[in-house]
Amino acid sequence: MAKIIKKDILNSGVVSMEIEATRIASKAQAGHFVMIRVDQHGERFPLTIADANKETGTIRIIFQVVGGSTIKLNRLKVGDDVLDIVGPLGMPLHHENIRHAIVIGGGVGCAIAYPHAKALKQQGSKVSFIAGFRNKDLFILKEDIEATADHVYFTTDDGSAYRKGFVTDVLKELLESEKDVDLVIAIGPVVMMKAVSNVTRLLNIKTVVSLNPIMIDGTGMCGGCRVKVGNEYKFACVDGPEFDGHQVDFNELMLRNSAYIQQEKHTCKLIEEETQ
Amino acid sequence: MIQPSKTPMPLADAEERNKNFSEVALGYSLDDAINEASRCLQCLHKPCVVSCPVNVDIPRFIMAVKENRLDDALSIIHQTNCFPSICGRVCPQEVQCESTCVMTKRYQAVAIGRLERYVGDHAQIRLDVQPLNQQFKVAIVGSGPSGLACAYDCAKAGIAVTVYEAWHDLGGVLRYGIPEFRLPKATVDKEIDVLRQLGIEFECNVVIGKTIECAELFDMGYKAVFIGTGAGLPTFMNIEGEGSIGVFSANEFLTRVNFMKAGQPKYDTPLLTGKRVVVVGGGNVAMDAARCAKRLGYQTTIVYRRSLNELPARQEEVEHAMEEGIVFELLAAPLKVFANEQGRVRSIFCQRMQLTEPGPDGRCKVVPTEDVPFEIETDTVVVAIGTSPNPILIRSTKELKTGKWGTIMVDENQQTSIEHVYAGGDAVTGAATVIEALGAGKKAAAAIIDYFTKEQAG
Repeated sequence: MAKIIKKDILNSGVVSMEIEATRIASKAQAGHFVMIRVDQHGERFPLTIADANKETGTIRIIFQVVGGSTIKLNRLKVGDDVLDIVGPLGMPLHHENIRHAIVIGGGVGCAIAYPHAKALKQQGSKVSFIAGFRNKDLFILKEDIEATADHVYFTTDDGSAYRKGFVTDVLKELLESEKDVDLVIAIGPVVMMKAVSNVTRLLNIKTVVSLNPIMIDGTGMCGGCRVKVGNEYKFACVDGPEFDGHQVDFNELMLRNSAYIQQEKHTCKLIEEETQ
Repeated sequence: MIQPSKTPMPLADAEERNKNFSEVALGYSLDDAINEASRCLQCLHKPCVVSCPVNVDIPRFIMAVKENRLDDALSIIHQTNCFPSICGRVCPQEVQCESTCVMTKRYQAVAIGRLERYVGDHAQIRLDVQPLNQQFKVAIVGSGPSGLACAYDCAKAGIAVTVYEAWHDLGGVLRYGIPEFRLPKATVDKEIDVLRQLGIEFECNVVIGKTIECAELFDMGYKAVFIGTGAGLPTFMNIEGEGSIGVFSANEFLTRVNFMKAGQPKYDTPLLTGKRVVVVGGGNVAMDAARCAKRLGYQTTIVYRRSLNELPARQEEVEHAMEEGIVFELLAAPLKVFANEQGRVRSIFCQRMQLTEPGPDGRCKVVPTEDVPFEIETDTVVVAIGTSPNPILIRSTKELKTGKWGTIMVDENQQTSIEHVYAGGDAVTGAATVIEALGAGKKAAAAIIDYFTKEQAG
């Protein structure tokens, strides 16, 4: 059992929670994730740790309310308990001696990209942050990102705020003008990570993506989260979830992530009916 | 006049049971048990005890059953084994205790496993609960069979024990792997509860190697650590199309069905719907997966490279699977999985195999024939060709020496390359049986108790 001590609505579909988890908080690094089970009938699902505070023994998770489990999680209030939380899991990549990193977040992916920007900044790297959202109402962590990165570029798909277009538009321009970029981190929708990797592949710039395949246990037991990286399958839970974007088979990942769409719709309907 | 064959085990009807998850083997009645117990010749050299990995005093507990002293029988078993209800169900007795029974010289062996199960299920537990020595604590990593056995023996010797489990429920493979119809979860709960009564503490949702490092356990005051993290990492076939939707490891399939109760009312974990399942492999895990699939309403086929004689699964499991209507496609090896436009499995393409003449070691090799490969239509493929040790703790504990397949290396006392860190079960041997894991857990416990005794004396 882990108590929710703070809950904020970041936008119409994205929620931030701080949860008491002393042991997890003491070990968490950027890129780690936790597995959560909301109640006894719930599924186990992964959420990346957005922030961790060793002093208060809390971790922060930021999630989009998209499926049955996140609907259930969002029903919990401050003071309520999450039934099970386990972590920190995964093998975070460490980036040392980086001169200039471009960190890219797409939508709620900004929540996971942001701790990387913070970690890189702390070790003295120059950080440019590109954050893309569908429209102006969906911005999250805007102030945090602005306070952390050296340069920040926002885009919206519909042009309702800042630049109209995609993160890759900004990325291409930046890579033309900035010649010292030695790392790109891209976290967001699979299509975005794929597009970013395609841009940087041509320039041979190291690119790290954080993958979100379907997981059951999160500890290497089921292989449900296997992703093709290069010529072999890797388990996102124990080998990742961060991988070399130039090696990942994004098309297969997208297909595999669509496996349970029908069941998910049904579950959402049941949970919503139950809520009413 | 000796009854030549075992007292039959009552079974649920095959056509009924293949539609539900209730237990298949229904268990002896008291009359059955006493009748079977009286088949034991009470021979003096007790070969069964030696061939039991945990050396249960089999003739003595059987004598107690014969005299209808069930509680005594349980106490006798409990001296060396805390899990009679589990072992009675899942041990391969035919290659262990029962294989050396003197009865086998002329007749069928005494049904030791069935009697053990009867005692575990029906006798009243008499526990001698003593306060544990909190100055000497042991941390057990993983609540599967080896960890539980080690915990039990340590606690009985007065050592305080904490068992850390990564998942949200206890039992390891007993919980997620072996299905309800072979090992009811209420039985697992009941036997784990005995350990709780002894004062053993359990903590779920803690991954040693992540939440707490192995070395930190010593900082926390533990004097010894036992690693029983199992062989959880599934092996895949490495063939084209294995990333298609509908290809699962047996671990994933069984975890969804057994552990997460996928597909049951109210439970959120989804199960892919489909009509046909092909299970690849011939071990007990393959049988479990196939029999689960059958119960979920799938037409189920097992594809195995060798022939019926080489199937590594217990004969009883194979027979049960056949009775339940599972098709065996033998001497067939998968070459490729085909998917439709949505990425969902459409069929599996297999090569017909043949066995060679036995080599000098007596083993037949299996080689492809020149036949044109054939296709089996299916929407789901379950890969049950083996597992290797879970890598989490091993990767985070650099000093821990491992062997070729990622198994943890141990000495004759189950001690690893790190002092006072022991290991046992599938993490050491690779995938093996529940009872072998119990044996390893007990052996490590003996070494820990020895260390404890020396500390107490010093």
